Amino acid sequence: MKKLNKLYFSALSGSFGHIVKRDELPWWKSWLIRVVSVILALIVCGFVTVSLTDLNPIEMYITMVEGAIGTSRLTWNLFQNTAILLCVALAVTPAFKMKFWNIGAEGQILIGGFATAACMIFLEGKISEPLLIPLMLVLSIIAGAIWGLVPAYFKTRFNSNETLFTLMMNYVAIQIVAYYTLEWSMPKGSGTPRTLDYGQLPVLFGQKYLVNILVVALLTVLVYIYLKYSKQGYEISVVGESEKTARYIGINVKKVVLRTMAISGALCGVAGFLLVAGTDHSLKSDTSGGRGFTAIMVSWLAKFNPIFMILTSLLIVFLQKGASKISEVYRLNSSFADIITGIIIFFIIGSEFFINYKIKLNKKEGNV
Amino acid sequence: MITTIIQRAVMQGTPLLFGSTGEILTEKSGHLNLGIPGIMYVGAISGVAGSFLYEQSVAQINPLLAVIIPLICSLVGSTLMGLIYCFLTVSLRANQNVTGLALTTFGIGIGNFFGGSLIKLVDTDIPSIALSKTSNCFKTQLPFADNLGWFGDIFLSYGFLVYVAIIVALISSHILNKTRVGLHLRAVGESPETADAAGINVTKYKYLSTCIGSAIAGLGGLYYVMDYANGVWSNNGFGDRGWLSIALVIFSVWRPSISILGSMLFGFLYVIPTYIPGISVSAKKLFEMLPYVVTIIVLIITSMRDKKENQPPAALGLPYFREER
Repeated sequence: MKKLNKLYFSALSGSFGHIVKRDELPWWKSWLIRVVSVILALIVCGFVTVSLTDLNPIEMYITMVEGAIGTSRLTWNLFQNTAILLCVALAVTPAFKMKFWNIGAEGQILIGGFATAACMIFLEGKISEPLLIPLMLVLSIIAGAIWGLVPAYFKTRFNSNETLFTLMMNYVAIQIVAYYTLEWSMPKGSGTPRTLDYGQLPVLFGQKYLVNILVVALLTVLVYIYLKYSKQGYEISVVGESEKTARYIGINVKKVVLRTMAISGALCGVAGFLLVAGTDHSLKSDTSGGRGFTAIMVSWLAKFNPIFMILTSLLIVFLQKGASKISEVYRLNSSFADIITGIIIFFIIGSEFFINYKIKLNKKEGNV
Repeated sequence: MITTIIQRAVMQGTPLLFGSTGEILTEKSGHLNLGIPGIMYVGAISGVAGSFLYEQSVAQINPLLAVIIPLICSLVGSTLMGLIYCFLTVSLRANQNVTGLALTTFGIGIGNFFGGSLIKLVDTDIPSIALSKTSNCFKTQLPFADNLGWFGDIFLSYGFLVYVAIIVALISSHILNKTRVGLHLRAVGESPETADAAGINVTKYKYLSTCIGSAIAGLGGLYYVMDYANGVWSNNGFGDRGWLSIALVIFSVWRPSISILGSMLFGFLYVIPTYIPGISVSAKKLFEMLPYVVTIIVLIITSMRDKKENQPPAALGLPYFREER
C-alpha cells in the first residue's frame, strides 16, 4: 500500500521526485539557508552592477559600504531610516501574524503624519511645545488606528477582502494629504511644502534623530513582549493559525481582529508622527516613501520576530543607501537601489521554500 | 467638448483596461498578483528599449517593424516578470502578497532605472528618449475616421491598442464564461483541491493564466508610453495606474466585460477635473481620490450583498500544496 502511494505521487509530480514538508529545521540550519541565499543574491547583484557599470565587484561593495556608513552623518541617517522602517514593520506584524493582510500601512502612516502636521500648523504658538508633542502623538495614534479599523470593521462584519480594502485606503490617504499639502503648507509659487518649525521633536545629545531611534527601540521591546508573553499576543497567534480553533476555544475572533488592526494602525500612526515631527518636519504625499510596502517584506523576512526585524530592516536600508551611492557615483538613475532590493528579496523569498520543504528523489527508497 | 472628454477618458482608461484584464485572469487562478504595477512598468520600458534601439540603428523606420518590435519586447518583458512571480508563488509556494510587492518594487525600479539610464548606457548624444516616430506608428488611426464627424471621433479616432484592449477583454470574458478552459481556470481559483481531484493540472493553469495575464497587463504600460505619452518616457510618469487597475478588478467584480465600461468610467473620473471651470489644483487632488472611494464602496456593497457570483475567487491569495489537503 505504501509503495502504491509512493508510485501514485511520483506519477503525479513528475519523474524527478516530489516535494514534502520538512519537520522544523534547527534554527542554525534555517539561518544558514537564509545567509546562503543572501550571498547568492549579492553575487547576482554583483553581476548586474558590473554589467551596467565598469566596476569590479569588490570595488562595488566597498562603494556600497561607504555610501551607507562612510561618514557619521551617513551612519546616523542609516540608523534613523532603519528605525522608521522597523517601526512600520513592527506595526504590520501583529496583523500579519493574525493572517490579516494589512497592506495599508502606507496610508496609516500618512494619516498619522497628517494628524501631526495638522497640530503643528494650527496650534503653532497657541500651546506650549511640551504639551503639543504628546497631543500630536495621541492624535496620530488615533488617526492611524481609525484608518486601520475601517477595513477591519468591514472584514469582521461582512467579510470584505482586507487586502484590497487596505490597499485602496492608501490612496484615499495619499490624496487627502496631497490636498492639504497644497492648501495648508505650500507657500505660493513653490513646489515644496514649508518646514514646520513648531513642535519638532527635541534634539538629544546633539543628535537630532536620537529620539526617533530611542522610541522605536522601546517599541521593539514592547511589541516583542506583547506578541510573545501577553494573552492578547497568544490570541493573535491562535487566530492566525486557525480561526476555527480560535472560535472553538472561545476566543472572540472579531474582537481580536478589530483590536489587532487598531494596534497595527496606531503603530503606523506613530511612525507617521516620528517621520513628520522627528525627521522631515514637513508632510508630503510621498512622506512614507513606500515604507508601508517595504515593511511587509521586512516583517515577513524576519518571520514576524521583532528582534530579527532589527536585522532585516537594517539589511534593506543598508542596501538601499549603498545602491543609491553607486548610482550617484556612476551617475546612474537612483532607482538602481530598487532593483538591487528586489533581487535580494526574491532570493530570500525563494530560500523559504528550502527551509519549509524538501524534494524527495524517487531513485533511492527510504533515503530521507 | 463632450467628444474630447470621451476621447480623453477612453485614452486614460485603456491602460487600466489592459491591467485589469490581466489581473482578472491571474486572480481567477487564485493568485492575487500585487506585482501588476511593476509588470506594467516593465512592459512599458521593454517596449521603449526595443524601439529606442531600433530607431537608433536604422535611418528610416519601417512602420510595421516599428510597431512589432516594441510589441514583442513588451510582451517578453512582462511575461518574464510573470514567470518570476509564478516560479516563486506556484513552484516555491512563497507568500503571494510579499512576492507581489517585491515584484512591484523591482519592476518600477527597472522601469525608472532604464528609463533614466538608457541613454547613458547606449552612449548616444541625444538629450532624452522621445520616440515620436514610433509613437506616430502606434497612433495611426483609420483613414476614414476624420470624415465621420462625432461618430468617428468617439469610436474610431484611437490608436490600434485601444481596440486590442477591448477585444482582449471580450475574448477573456468569453473564455472565462463560455469555454471548458475557462471553467477549469475558475475551478482552480475557487477550489484547487477539487480541481486537482478532477484531473485538472493546477500548476499548468496557474502558470499560464498568470503569465498571459502579465503579458496583457504589460501592454497597458506600452500603450501609455507609445500612444498616450507620445513616445516620451518620463520617470514615474505612469504613476499609480497599476494600483488603479487592481482597483478596477474589484470594481468590475472580476468580469472583463464590465471592466471595459469601468475603465472608461475611471478614465472619466481621471480627466473630469480638468474640464470643471475654476477648480483649484488642490481640489483636483480630491477628485483623484474618487476612483478609489468608488472601489471601496463597490467592495463593501458586494461583500454585504454576499452574492456568490460577485465574490473574489474563493482561493484567492491562498497557496496550494497538494500534500497538505
